[in-house]
Amino acid sequence: MSETAAAPVPSGAEPHPLRTVVLAGGLTFEREVSLSSGTQVWEELARAGVDAELRDADAELLPGLAAAPADAVFIALHGATGEDGALRAVLDLAGVPYVGSPAAACRLAWDKPAAKSVVRSAGVRTPDWVALPHSTFRELGAGTVLDLMVARLGLPLMVKPASGGSALGVQKVTRVEELPAAMVSCFAYGDTVLVERFVEGVELALSVIDLGDGPEALPAVEIAPESGVFDYTSRYTPGLTEYHTPARVSDDVAARAADLAVRVHEALGLADLSRTDAIVSPDGEVHFLEVNVSPGLTETSMFPMAVEAAGYELGDVLARLLARRARTER
Amino acid sequence: MKTSEIRALFSVVSRPEVVSLAGGMPAVTALPLDAVGSMIGELVSGMGAQTLQYGSGQGDPRLRERICDVMALEGIRDASPSEVVVTVGSQQGLDLVTRVFVDPGDVILAEGPSYVGALGVFQAAEARVRHVAMDDNGLIPEALEEALVDCRANGDRVKFLYTVPNFHNPAGVTLSEARREAVVALAEKYDLLIIEDNPYGLLGFEGEPMRALRARNNQRVIYLGSFSKTFSPGLRVGWVLAPLAVREKLVLATEAQVLCPPSLTQYAVARYLDTQPWREQIKLFTELYRERRDATLESLATLMPAGAAWTRPDGGFYVWLKLPHGLDAKLMQPRAVNAHVAYVPGIGFFADGNGREYMRLSYCYPEPDQIREGVRRLARVIEAELDLHSTFDRVDTGTFRAVRPAGREAETIVGPANSDTYEDGR
Repeated sequence: MSETAAAPVPSGAEPHPLRTVVLAGGLTFEREVSLSSGTQVWEELARAGVDAELRDADAELLPGLAAAPADAVFIALHGATGEDGALRAVLDLAGVPYVGSPAAACRLAWDKPAAKSVVRSAGVRTPDWVALPHSTFRELGAGTVLDLMVARLGLPLMVKPASGGSALGVQKVTRVEELPAAMVSCFAYGDTVLVERFVEGVELALSVIDLGDGPEALPAVEIAPESGVFDYTSRYTPGLTEYHTPARVSDDVAARAADLAVRVHEALGLADLSRTDAIVSPDGEVHFLEVNVSPGLTETSMFPMAVEAAGYELGDVLARLLARRARTER
Repeated sequence: MKTSEIRALFSVVSRPEVVSLAGGMPAVTALPLDAVGSMIGELVSGMGAQTLQYGSGQGDPRLRERICDVMALEGIRDASPSEVVVTVGSQQGLDLVTRVFVDPGDVILAEGPSYVGALGVFQAAEARVRHVAMDDNGLIPEALEEALVDCRANGDRVKFLYTVPNFHNPAGVTLSEARREAVVALAEKYDLLIIEDNPYGLLGFEGEPMRALRARNNQRVIYLGSFSKTFSPGLRVGWVLAPLAVREKLVLATEAQVLCPPSLTQYAVARYLDTQPWREQIKLFTELYRERRDATLESLATLMPAGAAWTRPDGGFYVWLKLPHGLDAKLMQPRAVNAHVAYVPGIGFFADGNGREYMRLSYCYPEPDQIREGVRRLARVIEAELDLHSTFDRVDTGTFRAVRPAGREAETIVGPANSDTYEDGR
């Protein structure tokens, strides 16, 4: 399936290797993960023959891109700026092409409650939820609001920051006494908390790529963390989580999971690549949890596993995405 | 939140937007860099045959002589160069001592809190660390005696007391003169070995250096020294001063680990001590650190909310801050990252999970203005966290309907399996 990256060749010009800047780092909780993703992308692209430079998204970035333009930028930033659409909006202003979803779609996907509303409207199942800022608890009385939340959503609950990835700040609350402390530690990550009904089941990572023929779901990666909880440590410590690719689910479930991932990708207006996290409940239903516009690309990340399981080479896929963006104006 | 998450949050410290009160990096740019540069250049061009060659496992004899001169400043006048083993920083010295003395399951007594790098070494040796309480005057001798009695009663083998008596990392406090005598007397009484780790002893802001524990007892104290804070941490030159019988074992252990400490950096330190005004340089360092300590303490006094308390170091690099009641420095860390200020959560300095309400602030590296800005940001973070706690701490979940349904089963109150009635609250 592998295909050599085609560099953009304007007619009459000498072909040149595709030049890209891989953005990694950033000023967020996920900096370390991003540096790890970025390094992997940079190595893979170099292997695929792309002239790639790895750099942080800081005050030097825009002058650097102006002085040495890239055919397209690859955003391996996780967390705010890289994923919330802000950086992409600035790249749009600067006329710099980039791989991945447009700014507005990113903003929507970044806001997990908003994304859940959109995908639910598109007919996709997602666990019931409520998202509230700290001020609501303060003004209406935390006890009253939490009581209502538990009464309507039940236990266990998933408590997570309304934006951000890598499972930072995510907690499963099984006993009501744990809830106030869970809220306190979750609000340390951001001003809005998303509280979701917990769905028991098999966790799946559903990667989607679009190499030009429309969004294509890659084989689902099943996640089986040793500790039972797919938290930050389970994600980024090799050996602490077992991954099964393709997932050990029936063909029917696999097909519906793939369909869900593509529907989410389209409903939110995403482009090029995405990774949807979902859960398969014992009745075989697939439930949407959240979507990442800048999926992890580290050695232990699920997106590269899915790419490989589909018979692609990661470097080739990334190079093809770059080549497409280098040729097309948004 | 696990250790790996703390490490991940630390990643942002490398960005200039973040004021780091976290790392303990000495202010090396205050060194006469040109002079040091030409000195090291000459060591290679003029003495390459020695400086680029293997050396002895115990370390360069000339350097060991000079190390004895340095230790004399803290009252250690009976040390001979043959009792000194040069190590790759005092960290390797601590590792060697631990390898020589400790078997899995042995008990090591250490101040609570204790230097995180030491706890790592002890953990690797599968030792059990028992913390001994300290206060503004350092380790509390009564608490030490209680721990020794307890361990004896439990049949625990106590291998040594690990202590940082001067300008403690992380607590910032110094063991008082009276307590030094008491601790050494306890060592005699209980046949206890003391590992005296003293990287900061010459960095006092006023008065003469305190007399070392090793100066009071040359058989029961093994002394760890370092040039990392008085000269350069990048050169990685430290040492162990130990009785001859122990020294033999340390040399064998270091030869197995690294063959010999790096020759070039040992020559660099020896030449620096021979040719540069190193005492004046230490004075310059302490003046710089005192100014930063003052900026830290002044800002804390002005800006910290009620309920916070902190130590007032007379030297060294660190202030140990206790948060207002109920706050957890580790859980607060994401908020601090958002506010672009970094510190080290206290839990890392305990082997037993304590220390959640503490944090270590380092003032050695940032300039005074940055320190003031960092403390300002930190104060805002703490205030926001207090606000959050005031919202959630008083919630009585025991009164929730799902817990005590009023005459109905909890299941009937819990919401429907997948209704579309919820809005996202925006």
